[in-house]
Amino acid sequence: MSTSTAPYEPKTNVGRITNYVDQRVGGSGMVREFGRKVFPDHWTFMFGEVALYSFVILLLSGTFLTFFFDPSMAETHYDGSYVPLKGVEMSMAYASSLDISFDIRGGLFMRQVHHWSALLFVAAMSVHMLRVFFTGAFRKPRELNWVVGATLLILGLAEGFTGYSLPDDLLSGNGLRIIDGVIKSIPIVGTYISFFLFGGEFPGTVIIPRLYVLHILLIPAFILLMIAIHLFMVVVHKHTQFAGPGRTNNNVVGFPVGPVYAAKAGGFFFIVFGVVALMAGMFTINPIWNYGPYDPSPISAGTQPDWYIGFVDGALRLMPGVWEFVIFGYTLSLNVLLPALVPAGILFALLFLWPWLEAWVTKDKREHHLLDRPRNAPTRTAIGVAGVIYYCVLWAAASSDLIATHFSISLNDVIYWLRALFILGPIIGFVVSKRIALALQRKDREIALHGRETGRIVRLPHGEFIEVHEPLDKYKQYKLVNFESHDVLPAQPNAEGKITKTEKARGLLSRIFFEDRVAPASPAEIRAAHAHGHGEVEGEREKKAEVSGH
Amino acid sequence: MARRNDGSPNTPDRVGTDGHAEVERFHDPGLPPHRPRLADKDPRAAKRAEKQVAILFLISIVGTILFFVGYFAIEIDEPGSSDLRLQNLLLGLGTAFAMFGIGIGIVHWAKTLMPDHEVVESRKPVTKESERAEAEQILGDIIEETGIKRRPLIRNTMLVAMILAPFPAIAIFRDLGPLPGDVLRHTMWDEGVRLTLDPTGTPIRASDVTIGSAVHVIPEGLNEAEHKLEEKAKAVVLLMRLNPEDLSPSEGREDWGYEGIVAYSKICTHVGCPVALYEQQTHHLLCPCHQSTFDLTQECKVIFGPAVRPLPQLPITVDAEGYLVAQSDFTEPVGPSFWERG
Amino acid sequence: MKALSQRRRHPLTAVALLLMGLLLTGGLYAVASGANEAKAQTSTFSAEDIAEGEKLFIANCATCHGMEAGGTETGPSLVGVGAAAVHFQVGTGRMPLQMQGPQAMEKPAQFNEEETRQMAAYVASLGPGPAIPSEEALDTSDADVAHGGELFRVNCAMCHNAAAAGGALTQGKFAPALSGVSDAHAYEAMVTGPQNMPVFNDATLPPEGKQDILAFLNYIDDNKSPGGAALGSLGPVSEGLFLWIAGLGVIIAFTIWLTSRSS
Repeated sequence: MSTSTAPYEPKTNVGRITNYVDQRVGGSGMVREFGRKVFPDHWTFMFGEVALYSFVILLLSGTFLTFFFDPSMAETHYDGSYVPLKGVEMSMAYASSLDISFDIRGGLFMRQVHHWSALLFVAAMSVHMLRVFFTGAFRKPRELNWVVGATLLILGLAEGFTGYSLPDDLLSGNGLRIIDGVIKSIPIVGTYISFFLFGGEFPGTVIIPRLYVLHILLIPAFILLMIAIHLFMVVVHKHTQFAGPGRTNNNVVGFPVGPVYAAKAGGFFFIVFGVVALMAGMFTINPIWNYGPYDPSPISAGTQPDWYIGFVDGALRLMPGVWEFVIFGYTLSLNVLLPALVPAGILFALLFLWPWLEAWVTKDKREHHLLDRPRNAPTRTAIGVAGVIYYCVLWAAASSDLIATHFSISLNDVIYWLRALFILGPIIGFVVSKRIALALQRKDREIALHGRETGRIVRLPHGEFIEVHEPLDKYKQYKLVNFESHDVLPAQPNAEGKITKTEKARGLLSRIFFEDRVAPASPAEIRAAHAHGHGEVEGEREKKAEVSGH
Repeated sequence: MARRNDGSPNTPDRVGTDGHAEVERFHDPGLPPHRPRLADKDPRAAKRAEKQVAILFLISIVGTILFFVGYFAIEIDEPGSSDLRLQNLLLGLGTAFAMFGIGIGIVHWAKTLMPDHEVVESRKPVTKESERAEAEQILGDIIEETGIKRRPLIRNTMLVAMILAPFPAIAIFRDLGPLPGDVLRHTMWDEGVRLTLDPTGTPIRASDVTIGSAVHVIPEGLNEAEHKLEEKAKAVVLLMRLNPEDLSPSEGREDWGYEGIVAYSKICTHVGCPVALYEQQTHHLLCPCHQSTFDLTQECKVIFGPAVRPLPQLPITVDAEGYLVAQSDFTEPVGPSFWERG
Repeated sequence: MKALSQRRRHPLTAVALLLMGLLLTGGLYAVASGANEAKAQTSTFSAEDIAEGEKLFIANCATCHGMEAGGTETGPSLVGVGAAAVHFQVGTGRMPLQMQGPQAMEKPAQFNEEETRQMAAYVASLGPGPAIPSEEALDTSDADVAHGGELFRVNCAMCHNAAAAGGALTQGKFAPALSGVSDAHAYEAMVTGPQNMPVFNDATLPPEGKQDILAFLNYIDDNKSPGGAALGSLGPVSEGLFLWIAGLGVIIAFTIWLTSRSS
């Protein structure tokens, strides 16, 4: 470092402290690297931070809870202060959860903080992933980080479910019962896995301690590791940004970490904590005292998992009662196995593979640091919307009974409709959202070419009426015209001059993807539009206004 | 190639800007000019912002105090009462104000008083091409020096050894649980075991079960059983009485009920939730978890939902004292399907 | 009885007789076993009550239930349902039925307590059935709330939800929420099994157990959730919905504020 002749002498107090640290463990390099690192600013870029912060809140509140929670399934008789459960036989896990709620000051608050932030953690990850998907931020060089993110989502689900089960209340116990039923439907090894997991027959006396170890040790450790990798890669790649004047694929425009970005991001942690604390103080979550201790005989109406497991439960509900076979004396229970594995399997397989799938179709191997506006990638957007609808139908199915009671319709009809929507919803969603995206692109194009409608009607000397269009300023115009629009790339012959089958498939997909496209307005077109005056273009404009639905 | 364009009539058939295509692009006007904020121009506005930030921090301090008020000042006599609710509310509001005050204060500070000039930083490739070539060279040398390519014997034996080595790590988990054996095929029910009320364990007389009633039943002695919950998870039964003419027992099951009283396993054949919802007029049993519906008049055949198999019936009769007893165990395994079930 | 004698030669007479015989034996059996505690409490009603009740019945109920309350195609027989059933159905406004549907809906009662009692008296005079519970039967002063909770979870929660917030049944039917239901009505529902609700007679759910359940219901009705607003006590669905709409909504509002430029 100090090859200069004059030795470095710190002049300020801050300098003296950093100098002390730097001479012993280094760090001035870090400061130089990160102190003024630039982060672009856009509200949709904050969801990853929300997830990170809710995870920090989870660690803090979870640690508090471990000091009072006893994961034992040993039977006891409740002796705490909640009257409607006095003397009731229950496990130590449930009793200590009640004690946390009723007999430890602030315990109820911490439980609610923990549970609300758990729901928020998974929700924020989901929204973050949707943002990354719809803006194309997963493209090269960020494919691997997308995979790390998807892994984090799965880990989040696992962490959530293990935590949901710990209080050993009636609701979560029936959740475990369902898990047991699903595991038992696995061919050949299902019964064995069930017996190994529960230490014998369901419910046994070991499942809560085992889930506890997973919940507080193994899964959080993996989550922390994945978060570290995730953030490391964010630093390596630098953040993406939306295209715009002055923002290119080769730069990052935004605020430096020190001080503005650090202040905003740091302040945002307190804001997220504040929102969670507000919810925990004002709204009950998981009132375990209502459900009672787990017992295999009772059940409550409206037995549902937390929202993020809902889509699997919904799939189980939507499945018609068919396809349970007995083959050579063995039972194959596809009515359970199929809905439990296939919809979630399709979802996550597509999620993990998407970056490569899209790159294969577009044959686009370049680095992308500029984000797409969702409308400028109509097919990707449409596929994303179809996926969201697919998920939401499953999700809605998990609350079929509540939909029935709250909208006064038949439970059976709700299921029939959702079964139909499960097939039709994604198709309709795909078509409609693709059309909307194309229409929005046409609108952008119109505005770029002709400017904004002012609503002022002017009569020209020769009698013609025109509406005056106000031209855009160059910054706004640049925003509307500066995007990439992929074109169909038909199947290409390889080095030997042959078109392979996979290449044919790729060509077909490329057609499906990019057949309908709206090219960005070119400078020549804009010049032409201005040269024409508005009279001629106006007639065309009206026709197109109908198409774009504007 | 038949290719449709965007459909807009005035767009010529034109190659899109695929990045590599030689298309005229717009000139980048660069970042818009910086617009100064109120606080930049007006020292009074800056002063005002400074005060606002300070007030926000003061609110945070008040929030923290509120937390302590909630924590120490509220005596909770009985947690069902509104005391706990109030305490929880105060802790929540206190924490929320403490956090919002700091968070909003800092962000407001950053937005109004810290410099808001956007900075441009250029991106560098993840690594330089030359470095990549060098790394490839180094890795190649390392592999070469190990000789792993030249000595297949070493390579192959090592691979086998490394594949085998983790297996103990799997095998050591064998004692997580016992093997299933045939425990899933048996329950506590047996010839002469009395049907008793859940949860009290009071035996039930046939005459106690009137038409239209549904009784939740456990086998006698369950509450004293060693593995109570495990046994209960298989043995719970729902007892109902119908008009005998509403029942249509199949051959061989005519005497499994008693004067219209029938007993069915309460564990769903789908994934095992208790099928506890009995509609006494339609004679339907509904599972609240996944809505499988069973028709009692058709020996609990599935009429809706994801379950496939009917609920197993427990053959019952009455003993000399008039109490309901089981004739035998269930004749098939109860609960969700499993591979060995057959 | 005149009407009966006129129809003696009707082809359905044999069926009707058979049914009556069955009902009678069933009823006697139930009385003998004491299972229903169905002490024919007609004695507590005066003859006037019965006469007034009959008038009200003929004017308001006979269209569906028949002139002698023997039932028609549109309404079941009320012989032997007891005063409790009338007091529940009329007292909660379920009867008279507003329209045919998956099930009778609760609505403001159409008759006052006195009229309801008179109709109950009339129906009780037709055949023995569960009586309107007395003050002592509803006395929950030394009931065991915790035991009530246990009984509630085993016998009631699967339809009415563990926090008594209600739940769905098949084909548009539902189990209503129990908040605000009077002790008498809840008790009557247990002993009479209105509509698709099973009957919980005194043999399988002793009167003390019913009192415990009432005490439990009153406890959760009187004591609001200690954690704050209960979000309908509907479990994870309402919690998830709240988080997505309110929780994330507020956070998104903050992100927009945070990334906007200060003026």
